[in-house]
Amino acid sequence: MTRTLGETDAVAPQPGVSRFLSLPGSTRIGILPAIAAIVLLVILAVTICAPLLAPHDPLALSPTNRLKPPSADFPLGTDAFGRDLLSRILYGGQVSLFIGLGTAVVSVAAGLIIGLVAGFFRLADAIIMRVMDAFMAIPAVLLAVALVAVHGASVVSVIIAITFSEIPRVVRLVRSVVLSAREEPYVEAAISLGTRMPTILWRHLMPNTLAPLIVQATYICASAILIEAILSFLGLGIGTETPSWGNIMADGRTYFLVKPSLIFWPGLLLSLCVLSINILGDTARDRLDPRMRKREG
Amino acid sequence: MERFKTGRFDGVADVIAIENLHIGLQTMAGQTPVLDGVSLKIRKGETACLVGESGSGKSLTSLAVMGLLPSGVLKVTSGRIMLGETDLLTRSKRQMRALRGSRISMIFQEPMTALNPVIRVGNQILEVLRSHGLASGKEAKRRVLDIMDQVHLPDVERIYRSYPHQLSGGQRQRIMIAMALILEPTLLIADEPTTALDVTTQKQILALISELQRKHGTAVLFITHDMGVVSEIADTVHVMRHGQIVESAPAQVLFRQPRHEYTRALLKAVPSLHPRSPRPEVSAPAALKVAGLGKTYASGGFLKARSEKRAAEDVTFQLMPGRTLGIVGESGSGKTTVARCVMRLVEPTNGAIRLGSLDIAHLPQGRLRDQRAKIQIVFQDPYRSLNPRRKIGQSLIEGPTNFGVAPEKALARARELMEIVGLSADALDSYPHQFSGGQRQRIAIARAVAMEPDVIVADEAVSALDVSVQDQVLKLLDDLQQKLGIAILFITHDLRVAAQICDYVIVMQHGKVVEHGTAEAVLVAPKHPYTRSLIDAAPGRGWDFGACREIAWPAAVS
Repeated sequence: MTRTLGETDAVAPQPGVSRFLSLPGSTRIGILPAIAAIVLLVILAVTICAPLLAPHDPLALSPTNRLKPPSADFPLGTDAFGRDLLSRILYGGQVSLFIGLGTAVVSVAAGLIIGLVAGFFRLADAIIMRVMDAFMAIPAVLLAVALVAVHGASVVSVIIAITFSEIPRVVRLVRSVVLSAREEPYVEAAISLGTRMPTILWRHLMPNTLAPLIVQATYICASAILIEAILSFLGLGIGTETPSWGNIMADGRTYFLVKPSLIFWPGLLLSLCVLSINILGDTARDRLDPRMRKREG
Repeated sequence: MERFKTGRFDGVADVIAIENLHIGLQTMAGQTPVLDGVSLKIRKGETACLVGESGSGKSLTSLAVMGLLPSGVLKVTSGRIMLGETDLLTRSKRQMRALRGSRISMIFQEPMTALNPVIRVGNQILEVLRSHGLASGKEAKRRVLDIMDQVHLPDVERIYRSYPHQLSGGQRQRIMIAMALILEPTLLIADEPTTALDVTTQKQILALISELQRKHGTAVLFITHDMGVVSEIADTVHVMRHGQIVESAPAQVLFRQPRHEYTRALLKAVPSLHPRSPRPEVSAPAALKVAGLGKTYASGGFLKARSEKRAAEDVTFQLMPGRTLGIVGESGSGKTTVARCVMRLVEPTNGAIRLGSLDIAHLPQGRLRDQRAKIQIVFQDPYRSLNPRRKIGQSLIEGPTNFGVAPEKALARARELMEIVGLSADALDSYPHQFSGGQRQRIAIARAVAMEPDVIVADEAVSALDVSVQDQVLKLLDDLQQKLGIAILFITHDLRVAAQICDYVIVMQHGKVVEHGTAEAVLVAPKHPYTRSLIDAAPGRGWDFGACREIAWPAAVS
């Protein structure tokens, strides 16, 4: 008997790429995602290296240097308290990106587990999904405002606040994938082979959800960075003693007419970051979801 | 009456002539030919059958004629397709669109997906007229009702206003045929139009196509893998393999004296309707005993009247070790429900399922799990029954390791099993997509056998396979049964397959068992009228394809 390689569905995964992910077809990457990846990597590297790169302490006040224009000493100028804008943006990037990534990881992990259970056990499904509906009915920013008001503004409480509003979306996504995957004969075969439910969930159902989840995670990451900025801008985010892109802009709001660069630079980085992450997410979706993939010659 | 159609077409004008058609698959590396010099012609009123196994290029040929080849991927490299005086390959997309429907039209395998689910069927037929700008208003509707009448749809006014899901499979296929024929095309392409239908419906649809063809003198290009269907309707048969036509002959000649070796192999692989010779009775206690099994699906409930559907009712049978029991019936007869109840993939509503000495019908999940090893299932679709993300080895040892067998030991056994099912042991490191459908079905069987079960449930296990592969998989099941003494519960809609492998046969209709007996008794001397109609509808039932001769049936059948 001869093997027939690649004669069948293009949906099948390529062996050796990864146990879980199916990355089919060519490995060519378009120019736009490549630029997005480079931009994101540079921003990540620069913010992580903030202690090495920042010329000043981001919190050091200098009343004599208020609202200075860019100079050799202060490459982007200073804010209303004489703090170095470049240093604040670098350190602020750490906080903003941490919130973005943290929220993405926490909400995807929690949503995955809840979604798997909801998708597989019908009784749990009814209860979990009503709770999720209730979550969804509360606007993300409003919930965040309430949680921050109760627990005070810290990086952790902002992450929790945003996570809560993102979880229902992840749960619905995972649940829908599980609902269709559980009808697959290979899942029924596993039941017949006496495989225990938790193992079936993890081994046969979970891998199906990974591709859409990775895509979802990028959107969550981007939207968390934005929501944090909105909260800070409203004065409800992290306190000004911990710089983030959001509260740098919030501080700069008052002096917008005098010194627009206080909003311009953090805003530019924020937009670049969110845009890059979204582009990468779109690319991942196109590559991982066979239905979205265009025919490649 | 003659067994095969014997239409004479000498001197009749060609409707379509495909001349030396080559199609190449565009790849990075260059071009791989997928159609290699195909030539055929069909004359007015002639039915030409294109037969071959999957991947032989028969559907590709029809798509080329329709001008529907996926652009960019497949490309005609040379040849001509002459429709009357015009070469279709030189027509623009726009010209082809005008030709489709009016001069050439096509019906597909799955009428449900070919029809738009949210538009009333009457309007969908009307759309054909409208898009060709041929009729409008009352006149158009009259023509639609007329063609619906011609395809023998009952109560045409009501069906005109129905949505596709409200019709049966046979009625949907009639709608498709009405759509295809309303503009009286000169060529009708039918791509496996009856494969998704039950045998009795298939028979009606085949009769309908022949009737309309006679009436309108349409040339028909009929694509199928089913030699039985070919023997019923073909004037001319073209056998395809690997993108080439290996033999073309009038049906008469092809079935009586096949010349090409591949044609002979194809004909030999067609299972005979004649049941296998009976094996001695087994005196051991039954491996599986099902008594009074019923499954009722309840719907509605809150704010809605409850309604019940009895998918299976009072099903009783017993299965002896080392023997095969077939459950035969059309779609919706409840045969798959019975299989799934026996596997406890759905909860039976009532009745007993005795596996050995234990009734598993209402066993709680925990205790049921201990019994799982004794009964295993092989599914219909080999492409979905193996997890695409797991290596064959991982899939094969999943069951045994669940029951405490050490992975190394299970893997060693898996290696042996691969040899037994006719694959090489190093395939354990590969992924399912690297195998063909037949090979995957072997792997699924190996996975079931790895559990050393007493009973294997084969749910349409060979229905998705080509005949030659079907033959091999049936032989494999038979071998395994003889070596290991496994009892097989074989669910199938195909009487030919049932005849090959079953010792006993149950015929089901509307969830009930209507006939029960040895394969010999049920298939040769059926008592119930439904069984008789099933056997009557089996295409080419009077012909022994392997031996190229008539079957002498006992008087009881005819």
